[in-house]
Amino acid sequence: MNDDAARSQGATPWQARLTLGLLLAPALLWLGALIVLPHVELAILSLRKMLGPHRYAFSLAQYATFFTEPLYWHVFLRTAIMSAAATLLTLLLAFPIAWVIAKIARGRASSLLFILCLIPFWVSETVRTLGWMILLRQSGVLPALLVKLGVTAEPVELLYHDATIMVGLIYGSLLFMLIPLISSLESLDNALIEAAYDLGAGGFAILRTIVIPHAAPGITAGCIVVFMLTLGNYLTPTLLGGKNSQWFTEQIYTQFITRFNWEQGAAFGFLLLGLSTAMVIVGLKLTGQRFGDVMRRT
Amino acid sequence: MNTADLGQTAGLGHTVDLALDSVSKRFAGTQAVDDLSFSVERGSFFSILGPSGCGKTTLLRMIAGFIAPDSGSISIGGRNMHAVAPNRRPVNMVFQQLALFPMMSVGENVAFGLARRGVGRRERLRRSLAMLERVGLHASADKRVDELSGGQRQRVAIARSLVLEPTLLLLDEPLGALDLKLREHMKIELKQLQAAFGTTFVYITHDQSEALVLSDHVGVMNQGRFEQLGTPQDLYYRPQTPFVAGFVGANNRITGRITGRNGRVFEITTADGWAIHALGSGPLSAGDAVEGFVRPEAATLARQASDLPNTEPHHSGTVQSVLFDGANSAVLLKERGTGREFRIALPQTGRFADLKPNETVLFSFDPERAICFPARAGQGA
Repeated sequence: MNDDAARSQGATPWQARLTLGLLLAPALLWLGALIVLPHVELAILSLRKMLGPHRYAFSLAQYATFFTEPLYWHVFLRTAIMSAAATLLTLLLAFPIAWVIAKIARGRASSLLFILCLIPFWVSETVRTLGWMILLRQSGVLPALLVKLGVTAEPVELLYHDATIMVGLIYGSLLFMLIPLISSLESLDNALIEAAYDLGAGGFAILRTIVIPHAAPGITAGCIVVFMLTLGNYLTPTLLGGKNSQWFTEQIYTQFITRFNWEQGAAFGFLLLGLSTAMVIVGLKLTGQRFGDVMRRT
Repeated sequence: MNTADLGQTAGLGHTVDLALDSVSKRFAGTQAVDDLSFSVERGSFFSILGPSGCGKTTLLRMIAGFIAPDSGSISIGGRNMHAVAPNRRPVNMVFQQLALFPMMSVGENVAFGLARRGVGRRERLRRSLAMLERVGLHASADKRVDELSGGQRQRVAIARSLVLEPTLLLLDEPLGALDLKLREHMKIELKQLQAAFGTTFVYITHDQSEALVLSDHVGVMNQGRFEQLGTPQDLYYRPQTPFVAGFVGANNRITGRITGRNGRVFEITTADGWAIHALGSGPLSAGDAVEGFVRPEAATLARQASDLPNTEPHHSGTVQSVLFDGANSAVLLKERGTGREFRIALPQTGRFADLKPNETVLFSFDPERAICFPARAGQGA
């Protein structure tokens, strides 16, 4: 113990730097090998054109295809708009739940409610999505129930609609919105709410002037995470939306796997990255927040 | 109790800003507030003094409207407050931790209530600045709340409430979080603010010095009831219950039994045989267990018997320790026969500055300035 203390006190700046370097090494390795390197490779891929076997040249043709082919940028826009809508709906749904868990439920009840939100995530995303298919397909549980209740004469197909994709996306994102929301609402001092109430504010005014400004970093953090997860989701839109899903990740998958056009796929990948970055920046600008503050809340 | 008296004077033309009529509140088995009635006159400073857990916070929160009483009624400014929500009551509260809004500037904090009332932006700005000026903070309107000192925050919290011109300002131990020096300073400032604004203040505290210094009237609360309601002088010089005698100000408490009587003065003898004399309060007869109280400043200290008034019974003791605290210095004695502790305030002339431990001294006190009560259950001789 004494030896340790002496050693750490006597450590030279060089030794301290080495320690820090070693501690950071796994993270840096992870970032370098799995994030930076593939992206460099993808960037190179996306900026070249095949002239013949093993003969390539620099070209912006892949990006040009995206803008000249309406299908691609339609799908791109549709993915962006639906992801934004899914994020907003997740926020609206998660906020009251987070409020109950953070402010209304006490002690055990609060933990129990949070565990109830967490439990579905013990099951893999594939199984959860298949669960929705069992419920919603034409021969599934819900259409049969609707017939039994006399709402519809015939069993209806509830899969393969945009609304179905939305339900699946929101269901899969809820927890990631809840966690930052709960933590930011828990840190809100109840006395502030009481003080606002005492000074004449009604429920809506308290929400607008006290709760939302306090929870803003949590709200933004949740929205960023959910938006990115939704935008990059492949499984849920494909399984619940079928051929109609027209999700941009599917286009990327098709280029890489079906059409073997890695150059085009890489370009699409970069466009998606650009989109999510742009949306995050716009979101932060609109709410007047800084990225660092927001990330500290998650 | 003085509640009836106060109610009557209030009926004789004084305006009552707050009136409680047999208000009770029970929480899971404990009676937080027990059939309490009192009224507070317009423009007065009223304190509720009690130890923690006596129900004073519950009482304050019922007046503010955060908790509904189980029974009884509360009226403010002559209006019954039954089922009136906190945001619709003519009452504002200064919270224990102040609860200033950190997401707003000082000016926005003060303008918050005005905005909720739909006062226009320009008017809001004018009124909040005028209020900040009155509390000496007009230069801080654009500062963030966390840039202010503890005392300045205190003033913002009060300004934020007073700008709404409430009938009643409730203060929930607002000085509790401050350090001693600032607390002493804020005490004076609070009293001056109250005098300047003329708003009725209802103040709760467990600190008897705050209550005595600030208030026109004090209700001493214990176990959901008022033990006594009166002016600070009443509480100090004429306590009506042993709880008040023990809680308000320093007191020597001596338990024993009645062994004699001479008019209003009773002789009390402790179980170990020390006899003292004190005024009786309440029905007392020989053999009753009593609690006697003698203020440290009521006793006179002397080295020779000739220095003590010979109309008073003399006692002697050995010095255990000298408690130097400037003007509040005292000496702790052990009574010679029984070894019981007895505290005596040192005269400010510095005459006994040379007292040493183990020295034997004499003391006496006027029985008219000592008081005894029938012992409370479990507190007797």
